[in-house]
Amino acid sequence: MTSRLPQTKGGFNFDNYVRNAALEGRGLAVPKATKTGTTIVGLIYKDGIVLGADTRATSGPIVADKNCEKIHYLAPNMYCCGAGTAADTEMTTSLISSQLELHRLSTGRQARVDTAMTLLKQMLFKHQGHIGAALVLGGVDIKGPHLYTIAPHGSTDKLPYVTMGSGSLAAMSVFESRYKPGLSREEGIELVKDAIEAGIFNDLGSGSNVDVTVITSERVETLRNYARPNERGIKEASYKYPPGTTKVLKTSIRDLMDISETVKVATTEAMDIS
Amino acid sequence: MAALKPGEVNLGTSIMAVQFDKGVVIGADSRTTTGSYIVNRVTDKLAEVHDTIFCCRSGSAADTQAIVDIVHYYLQMYTVQNGKPTVPLAASLFQELCYQNKDQLRAGIIVGGWDKENGGSVWNIPMGGSVHRQPFAIGGSGSTYIYGYCDATYRDGMNQEECVEFVTNSLALAMARDGSSGGVIRLTIITEHGVEKIFIPGNKVPVHWEG
Repeated sequence: MTSRLPQTKGGFNFDNYVRNAALEGRGLAVPKATKTGTTIVGLIYKDGIVLGADTRATSGPIVADKNCEKIHYLAPNMYCCGAGTAADTEMTTSLISSQLELHRLSTGRQARVDTAMTLLKQMLFKHQGHIGAALVLGGVDIKGPHLYTIAPHGSTDKLPYVTMGSGSLAAMSVFESRYKPGLSREEGIELVKDAIEAGIFNDLGSGSNVDVTVITSERVETLRNYARPNERGIKEASYKYPPGTTKVLKTSIRDLMDISETVKVATTEAMDIS
Repeated sequence: MAALKPGEVNLGTSIMAVQFDKGVVIGADSRTTTGSYIVNRVTDKLAEVHDTIFCCRSGSAADTQAIVDIVHYYLQMYTVQNGKPTVPLAASLFQELCYQNKDQLRAGIIVGGWDKENGGSVWNIPMGGSVHRQPFAIGGSGSTYIYGYCDATYRDGMNQEECVEFVTNSLALAMARDGSSGGVIRLTIITEHGVEKIFIPGNKVPVHWEG
């Protein structure tokens, strides 16, 4: 019977949403999605864009991944930092990345940042905030460098410096006190690193390392783990116990026993079929 | 009318538009918030939907941006097929979208612009999706504080400079009292000859009434 109903070919499906909401209302504990309680930032500098992200992924109070990647590839000239539900940021960026590649192939031109922004906002607006993706989109195109934030409900903001995620307040305080137009490459990277570190140190949802991506009209540099401010320290002493530390009080050795069994197949007389 | 969803970006706003003999003056504050956090302190809430037709956005940022994008697209298509659209046509498109989708939207929009038939005109589309042509319109959370001031100060037949001063002072008063409004004042003057944009930084917003 169900096979006669029209089948959805792909994309998202919200059939279980109402059921789950009702079950949740009756006190069912819902399994938690991995949220990237995150610090992600971006700024426009003299020659392009610097994007930055921390590398902690959390699931409730548990650190699910200590060194994950939050700066996603969109197109050769565009990258996108993701905060919110990890699965949603991953899927939306890869879906839009595919659409942009097809768009490039059909137009024969490099895709514009504005196009990527519109595709992302229309998709997020269509799903009314149920796709928990908060994004920082940066790239350089024919019209120069562009930097946007895209909120889960589909609203966008275009600014020279932006932050998102749970560590956005800490990171923004760094930007607000030190950003100025026309920064050099080195100044830009340093400011982004400090903004992410503000998130790593002051926000519980953010942690571990700093990833940086620099985009110019010529090329893209991915500086994975640009800073590692949380390297594990070396233990000052060895905590290994030497053999024989625990006294042997008693030794008993038992041999294994051989257990064998013989099975005799019972045969019956042939049935009289005359 | 839909309530604001948790975590949704809000335009707790002060917006305004005034009509004068040669066109309209529209203005807005620049604050965008999620809860108590200011997401953007220099937002441009004045959106262009055609060469000489603009609108002021209030309510949900996502909803109003989506509506503006759709109307912008409709007017581009209309221009290709029929030539320049009028301001009431644009207002009518906004109204249709706001009324038909009122259960899912949180959007209060003021449309203002200039066209050949009507000259300058202001159309208010509050939440719910009705349209009202008004000589001047105010909107957003900050507008509640300035109804009295605006009604007392407005005069028919003000010129461009007087309208700019009226909008600036009204918005300054709204921004001073409303916590969800603030930042800078953005003004756009739309006439037959085109569009002029005025930016008043936060430290230049009038405070003369404070004595």
